[in-house]
Amino acid sequence: MSSDARSSRSPDALLSARGLRLSYGRIAALDGVDAEVFPGEVLAVVGESGSGKTTLLQALSGAISPDAGTVWYRGRDGSVQDVHRMPAPALRALHRSDWGTVHQDPRQSLRMAVSAGGNVGERLMAQGVQHYGGIRAAAIDWLREVEIAADRVDDLPRTFSGGMLQRLQIARTLVTQPRLVFMDEPTGGLDVSVQARLLDLIRGLVARLGVAAVLVTHDIAVARLLAGRIVVMRAGRVVETGLTDQVLDDPQHPYTQLLVSSVLHA
Amino acid sequence: MNGYNFAYLDEQTKRMIRRALLKAVAIPGHQVPFGSREMPLPYGWGTGGIQVTASILGRADVLKVIDQGADDTTNAVSIRRFFARTAGVATTTRTAEASVIQTRHRIPEVPLREDQIIVYQVPQPEPLSKLEPSRAETRRMHALAEYGLMHVKLYEDIARVGAVTISYDYPVMVNGRHLMSPSPIPAFDTPKMDGMAALQLFGAGREKRIYAIPPYTAVRPLDFEDHPFRLTRAPHACALCGAGDSYLDEVVTDDRGGRMFVCSDTDFCAARQPAGAA
Repeated sequence: MSSDARSSRSPDALLSARGLRLSYGRIAALDGVDAEVFPGEVLAVVGESGSGKTTLLQALSGAISPDAGTVWYRGRDGSVQDVHRMPAPALRALHRSDWGTVHQDPRQSLRMAVSAGGNVGERLMAQGVQHYGGIRAAAIDWLREVEIAADRVDDLPRTFSGGMLQRLQIARTLVTQPRLVFMDEPTGGLDVSVQARLLDLIRGLVARLGVAAVLVTHDIAVARLLAGRIVVMRAGRVVETGLTDQVLDDPQHPYTQLLVSSVLHA
Repeated sequence: MNGYNFAYLDEQTKRMIRRALLKAVAIPGHQVPFGSREMPLPYGWGTGGIQVTASILGRADVLKVIDQGADDTTNAVSIRRFFARTAGVATTTRTAEASVIQTRHRIPEVPLREDQIIVYQVPQPEPLSKLEPSRAETRRMHALAEYGLMHVKLYEDIARVGAVTISYDYPVMVNGRHLMSPSPIPAFDTPKMDGMAALQLFGAGREKRIYAIPPYTAVRPLDFEDHPFRLTRAPHACALCGAGDSYLDEVVTDDRGGRMFVCSDTDFCAARQPAGAA
């Protein structure tokens, strides 16, 4: 099975998953899911609550092990590694350097008792950078990059608004120039105008840095704005996949048609 | 003393502690769990140090006990008397004459020798405890040598106050591998640990951990390249012996702002004063 799956893996994919299966008791959260992320592209995973989107993201990033199936990651040196067979130190090192994660709730990944600069600098320090001036300069650069004023560098995150916290989390993730970012509902819980600004920012950064991203969202509009390709999930299965515009403008599967038609137009 | 084993602890317990000590010496700076016993003194008074001392003490040893640099304060006097009674070993206040030195909060000013052992009393052996609440996670961080978090703490200090504000229990890297709490000794004392000729043992009774630094092991305080570790010391000479390079205690002498600075290491200070002056 594994040699079979290996042969069907795309050679240029950054991350590719084959036959992912995972059940929570009798519920199949992932029921034979294939997915691929190519360098520099944003892949959106859409679907309703409980469709297995977040489980897929966690399986792709190595946070949970699937019951069956494989996830391969192609490193900077071109070598291909099985994410779930990697030794724990290697996986953690990957999460510190080449990979990044943006949670829906920035408080989950930010250290609320540490200043904005310390939060952004943490990943650099985790990589062994030990030059205070360099870390601070990088932190200020990245705060500017996400439109946070440089004089807020020593302020605690608790003095930041929700949108600023989310932008701080993005700065903290991108400071090590990752190749792949996992985003779980990055605009969830923000009001519409803040959402629009954040989406604009993410779109600009992702395009300029050429970073690939897996974006989980229930919001079709977010997927349309950010993603080049889209995967539609329902009950642990991929029901439709393709170019975002193609899938959203001409949905083939009845569920996708339902999803697209249920979006409200202002 | 009748009814008690030599040095209070039973031989099985001593053997268990010596096994932990051997493992600790083999992996410098690594915290080894041990079955800490109830001791006839409260936690925080040196239950870890006293168990380590009891396990390494032999009949020919000469014991010195330091409490905040002094030989004549409650903790030092009671622990010294405890071992004089239960082990019948000779005790001393002179650093040079001691073969085993149990200490709380100080390293003697006089350099220690190869034939000496220093035992530290440790309240909190985990240097990452204030930064990462989960012990399972800190153990993982030690295992993978992921110590970026400690630098985040140093970064915060420099960003807020312009300098690292840790004045005691300054985190050190032992043998280039393990991040270690040096116990609450002043940051002034941490350089003395680097390449020390004496064996250094650490016991934390409440937290049930033992760790060690073998002789001549590299011990480096954590710092940034552009903010190197520097010694802080009160800018005075000792009022009693005139020493300009020792660690000083500030002593309030009256209620009108009068104060004096004296050596914290009482043995060092007394030896420097002319005979009969103290």
